[in-house]
Amino acid sequence: MEALRLQNLKKSFGGLPAIADVSLTVAAGERRLIIGPNGAGKTTLFNLLTGDLSRDAGSIELFGAEVGRLATHRRVHLGLARTYQIITLFPQDTLEHNVALSLMGLSPTRWNTFGRVPQRFFADAGAVLARVGLEKAAKRPIAELAYGEKRRVEIAMALAQKPRVLLLDEPLAGLSREERGQVKSLIAAIPRETTVVMIEHDTDTALDMADRITVLHYGRVIVEGTRAEVVADPKTREVYLGH
Amino acid sequence: MRWIVALVLAAALPLVAGEYYINLASQIVIFAVFAASINLLLGYGGLPTLGHAAYLGVGAYVSALLQLKLHYANWLAAPIAVAATTAMGCAFGLIALRATGLGFLMLTLALSQVLWGTAYRWVSMTDGDNGLRGLARPTPFGLDLNQAMPFYYFALIIGVLSIWMMARFVASPFGVTLKGARDQPRRMSALGYDVWLIRWITFIYASFWGAVSGLLFVYYHKYIHPVSLSLANSAEGLLAVIAGGSGTLAGPLVGAAIVLLLKNWVSAYIERWNMLLGFVFVLIVVFMPEGVVPGFHRLWKRFVSKT
Repeated sequence: MEALRLQNLKKSFGGLPAIADVSLTVAAGERRLIIGPNGAGKTTLFNLLTGDLSRDAGSIELFGAEVGRLATHRRVHLGLARTYQIITLFPQDTLEHNVALSLMGLSPTRWNTFGRVPQRFFADAGAVLARVGLEKAAKRPIAELAYGEKRRVEIAMALAQKPRVLLLDEPLAGLSREERGQVKSLIAAIPRETTVVMIEHDTDTALDMADRITVLHYGRVIVEGTRAEVVADPKTREVYLGH
Repeated sequence: MRWIVALVLAAALPLVAGEYYINLASQIVIFAVFAASINLLLGYGGLPTLGHAAYLGVGAYVSALLQLKLHYANWLAAPIAVAATTAMGCAFGLIALRATGLGFLMLTLALSQVLWGTAYRWVSMTDGDNGLRGLARPTPFGLDLNQAMPFYYFALIIGVLSIWMMARFVASPFGVTLKGARDQPRRMSALGYDVWLIRWITFIYASFWGAVSGLLFVYYHKYIHPVSLSLANSAEGLLAVIAGGSGTLAGPLVGAAIVLLLKNWVSAYIERWNMLLGFVFVLIVVFMPEGVVPGFHRLWKRFVSKT
């Protein structure tokens, strides 16, 4: 079963193609790493997948269903979750509030205009935070957290929705060596029911986490394969490693 | 606790105040409902509206026209007026929410100006600049509301109920998502929320309470004039919210009191009272940019921590 299938996906900004032509498939349960030099179109690709940007042409299938025309929130309800390169949490609110908001996003409770936020959301949020080792900080506002902890909250919020496909946009960026280790083991612990597609610059760390790797360059897939295949391919060295 | 004290004080006011102040208090209550409905959009939704007088004015006009032209009783005209205004809010929301921020502000302004112009020019229906007069106050359970005190209690009951409903709205799960959509709309979409729909529902809800304030407004004055639909009226509501503290429950209430007290007191002494209102607003923005209620709260916390 394919979790994601992209065919001839295209997106230009003012005549400049960011995604020139991308076709790729990701199998269910796979860990896929997307690498490429700056400006290769990695984040644009994610934004097309989530619906933050609309495609110019091509198709996006999520578990066999075409989602290219759907709004972002509709895709989320079909099991797509993401984290952002630049952390976008609710800084004045507590960790549990942030995670509860994520849990409520898929629940009909979100339309309740009269009651209170049910306690079960906070209880469930506590359990999700325990998964990322932040249960003790549940009542603290996000603003008081260290950068690495915020990253973990980002991932916790995405995982809270039990997504079928999780898109991680540079989850290791800006982290210290120790924090990188924590986030890496967190990603490694994600169950295989969730397909993970990850953009990462830190290839040394990220390469071991992936089943397959896609190299993007100028909005095109130039190499795809296992770690060994990608590393051995001269085109990878040429465009990504620069020699 | 603070709310109960405020309510007791408000309920006790007619025991100590004369007719002039009771009437002033009625106007403050009505204006507070109007400001609180603006606060739903501005404070909790992050949507600055400069056309909210449309809902107050249309609610009032529809009620007045039903009474004058079709001779409907108030108990029948009131729900029709509120329903019609809310339906208009549905349609206006579809147009205004094509944009956010400044675009939203301009669209709300444009829509309300169309209504204001219509009220002025459609003389056969609205009697233009003369306004509609000869309106009667309702008589709930046979009570006569023509005196200042009974009307004040009537307005207070409706006002408290309205503000309580709006408070429940912003504290509800939906209210939590509304604040999320204000702070991080993109993130909220990525969490599965339909940000546009959240804003539209809030817009409709705010127009509903705008209409309720319009009913109280027309009952109080027993008269309606196109100025109720004007930009100045929308701006005063917005001013009350910003001065009191947007995104807080008490802010619009305090803001409404500031605006109306200045307007009524000062206009007795100075002709250019608008200038003073502007000056007070500038002072608030300079010294308490977050508004009077959060500003004093901040000062109080600083005072307590020092002692």
